[in-house]
Amino acid sequence: METPYSKLNSEQLTRLIEESVVRQIEDEVADWESNELAGFLERVPEQKSEYRSGSGFPVKRVYTPEDVADTPWEEIGLPGRYPFTRGPYPTMYRGRSWTMRQIAGFGSGAETNERLKYLVRQGQTGLSVDFDMPTLMGYDSDDSMSWGEVGREGTAIDVIDDMEALFEGINLEEISVSMTINPSAWILLAMYVALAEEKGYDLNKLSGTIQNDILKEYAAQKEWVYPIRPSMRIVRDTIVYCARNMRRYNAVNISGYHISEAGGSPLHEVAFTLANTKAFVQDVTSVGMDVDDFAPRLSFFFVSQADFFEEIAKFRAVRRVYAKMMKEEFGAKKPESMRMRFHTQTAAATLTKPQPINNIVRTTLQALSAVLGGTQSLHTNGLDEAYTIPSEFAMKVALRTQQIIAEETNIPNVSDPLGGSYYVESLTNDMERAIWEILEKTEEMGGAVGAIEQGYFQREIADFAYELAQSKAHNDRTVVGVNKYIDDEEDHKVETHALDPESEQRQIDFLKRVKAERDNDEVERILKKLQDTARDHDANLMPVTIEAVKARASMGEIVNALKEVFGTYTETPVF
Amino acid sequence: MARVTDSAQSLTERVRAGHVPSIARMISHVESGANNVAEQVAELYKAGGHARIIGITGAPGAGKSTLVSSLVRELRARDNTVGIIAIDPSSPFSGGSILGDRIRMSDLYHDPGVFIRSMATRGALGGLARATIDAVTVLDAAGKDIVLVETVGVGQDEVDIVRACHTTVVVSAPGMGDDVQAIKAGILEIADVHAVNKADRPEANKTIGELKTMLKDSGHVLTDGWKIPVLATVAEHGQGVEHGQGVDELADVMERHYEHLVSSGEIERRERNMAAHRLKTIIQGVALDRVEDPSVGPDFDAAVEDVRLRKRAPFTVALDLLENSV
Amino acid sequence: MTETGQPIRILVAKVGLDGHDRGAKVIARALRDAGMEVIYTGLHRRPEDVVTSAIQEDVDVIGVSILSGAHMTVFPRIIELLREQEADEKTLLLGGGVMPDEDVEELKSMGVAEILGQDTPPDTVVETVRRLVSERGARV
Repeated sequence: METPYSKLNSEQLTRLIEESVVRQIEDEVADWESNELAGFLERVPEQKSEYRSGSGFPVKRVYTPEDVADTPWEEIGLPGRYPFTRGPYPTMYRGRSWTMRQIAGFGSGAETNERLKYLVRQGQTGLSVDFDMPTLMGYDSDDSMSWGEVGREGTAIDVIDDMEALFEGINLEEISVSMTINPSAWILLAMYVALAEEKGYDLNKLSGTIQNDILKEYAAQKEWVYPIRPSMRIVRDTIVYCARNMRRYNAVNISGYHISEAGGSPLHEVAFTLANTKAFVQDVTSVGMDVDDFAPRLSFFFVSQADFFEEIAKFRAVRRVYAKMMKEEFGAKKPESMRMRFHTQTAAATLTKPQPINNIVRTTLQALSAVLGGTQSLHTNGLDEAYTIPSEFAMKVALRTQQIIAEETNIPNVSDPLGGSYYVESLTNDMERAIWEILEKTEEMGGAVGAIEQGYFQREIADFAYELAQSKAHNDRTVVGVNKYIDDEEDHKVETHALDPESEQRQIDFLKRVKAERDNDEVERILKKLQDTARDHDANLMPVTIEAVKARASMGEIVNALKEVFGTYTETPVF
Repeated sequence: MARVTDSAQSLTERVRAGHVPSIARMISHVESGANNVAEQVAELYKAGGHARIIGITGAPGAGKSTLVSSLVRELRARDNTVGIIAIDPSSPFSGGSILGDRIRMSDLYHDPGVFIRSMATRGALGGLARATIDAVTVLDAAGKDIVLVETVGVGQDEVDIVRACHTTVVVSAPGMGDDVQAIKAGILEIADVHAVNKADRPEANKTIGELKTMLKDSGHVLTDGWKIPVLATVAEHGQGVEHGQGVDELADVMERHYEHLVSSGEIERRERNMAAHRLKTIIQGVALDRVEDPSVGPDFDAAVEDVRLRKRAPFTVALDLLENSV
Repeated sequence: MTETGQPIRILVAKVGLDGHDRGAKVIARALRDAGMEVIYTGLHRRPEDVVTSAIQEDVDVIGVSILSGAHMTVFPRIIELLREQEADEKTLLLGGGVMPDEDVEELKSMGVAEILGQDTPPDTVVETVRRLVSERGARV
């Protein structure tokens, strides 16, 4: 098999199965098809005329060694060794279980702090924080655009004091913290660093991540402030800053999850993510950083969707392609620069409002494929995802789901247990091939940025979403409880999370107080300095941003100061 | 507070007073051809004739809507009130349409001096729909100083726009995959002004140069004493520039073109063309409506069958239908 | 088609900071394929933007998609603005997205014609729009 980008071609590759054995099997398959199969099909025809995976790959009724005959052993290999198909570490879960990282966030920093502590008491091993829409979009709680949304879908952060309340009583040196934040990520990172410095933490001991993947925003999640290029510069600055000052911190969590949730196929998810990765890496190396100095701290985030085996194949394929890309394209030398580590979230898009208890089952199966796919960290969705911010009950069940898989099933005792499955290896190959095709096509458009500017990613996603919606509507795609097995029974009553109606006003009042009590001249001075720094394309924005948050400049003030320099982004929607 | 719509004023009076919901409703009427719309349009037509009508055309992807948005902000800064008609194609299969030009003008929404209306082509027989031209009349009568018509940018309407406007601006952008050579000859000829948008792109100068060369080669540098300018614009927000680079120049050029039309007397010729084109469009539309109307004259479907079965020749049938329906 | 045989004009709006437009776009496409004229507002619109656009475009229906939970503040505000700006009283207001059942009831009592939840098939949305427009009848 020819693998593009792979110098494995020139080496002596090891066939898995001898030519003669393959012939033998081919004959046997042909014989089986004319006899047992033909006979059976006559009595019991298959239910569908064709079978395809979630991404559309044709799927056979049964797989044999014939299907992997051309796959060199080197492509499969061993966990912890290039091309890392089977996992980034040699011992995988025997060494350390995946991090159970349930996201939390609502109301004020203090309110979320309670939920974080609750989850840690229940056995969660890493923290993950989600923020309200205004914070995600860079608006202060008192901005007119924030009205009705403060503290609703996540926690509100305006000034560093909010972050202090968020992490009150939590030792940041001992637990890793993931922050789901994008266009305003660099500001939250600045607050995190400023807070750590205030508390006397060693920056090189802090572990965690900011999502900070702005490219997938333009294509999928649609959170943005500035146009594409200035935003890429900000991401570059955070990666460089972290590489130099925070050894254990992942400055980006390059994401496919949102591409999937926006309607993309599993193939789109991983291919577009890798294209985006390429763009980020190019940006950072172009300012003179050596790829091995920052690539080990690139981390990723994927969904675990409904097609059980395709997801496993997908995780293996994306690891393999990433390894090859980092080695061939960017000349990475350290294995850590080539081994992909990712967080997974089960697919919210598959969860339904009717019969919500079914969602527990969906989430369990998706969690299972994530584990079989070798994820490093996992968030399992709450059963009430279709309604609301998850309740404590829903989050507890979701967490128990992971704990049961981890501790009762023996699954984690073996790395990449599905390696060698004729089906899974074959599907992994199909996925890899298709990823390279998309990467090549994207390259022709000028890379991820060009592809996004031309609407290519958006169009693929919109088309796939439309087709899926139509096939669900015409019952070609079953959704249990929605278009099949519908029942009139009273659904399990889901307790919706109640947002305290006073929360928004409290936040606004607090912000007003902070602004009144700080040195406003100092803030103004620093914001001007920030603008000057921004105008110099080669300067790094992090240090001056850290200064700004220490002086109690608010997120909105920082974002607005730079709007004057960078402008704002308006989407050209693609249907 | 008494609702304006409850007052005794007629719809056309409210349009002329600038009442937004009434303007909107009137445009819907001209699209649907409702009730006494002919009389209403007649009244508005006589009340109008003051607005400068500007056509903005160019291939999709050149950034027309963003440029229009920037341009309108500039025009507003010069105290002009503006009406915008943004045209998008109707699906030939379903007849439906997604009208998305408004999105790029969202920062104009709060400005009462700007009226934005999206119109679908609705199967217009190639070229600008009659309803579009009538909508221009409505906005003119409503007192707008300037009416901008932004076309789809493909097909006949690109060329047609010139017959409905005082000034036609053709927008192009560098590096759109097509060489300037690919710009259809028709486009080149109709422009009173060329705007090369996204001029901050590296290939921009090349595009501008090529356009100027093409104009010279085809002898279109000067028409009726007007030297056709090729402007460089950067319509996208930001980079610290309020109205976008080159946009104030575009607004200047538009003003100068209109002054030129007036001072050279060229405006009469243009407006004569506009009137003639309008009449022809209406005649075409009305004639076809009447011919297809089953209650008037010979049956259209039967006539079609005659032609298909070669019982009668097409030309004969057409003349017969016209003579007996219209 | 409306009473006059014209295509139904519908504004599809995304209000607030929520960026989930997958559903809104699928619906917009389905409505177009059903022969309607869809004015899509784009993301991050304020209630004021929605109402201004709806009036200038003289739409038959305003469809607001909200998945952020802010529906109990947004819809009343839109209704208030429609009234203030003398929008046609016959303009129909529809909602879509993720909303608890109790809120759905309250919104309908406020004047929202219908709320179509997340899993609603596109064809059902199309049929609902057609039915509501035909029930409403002619506007002038």
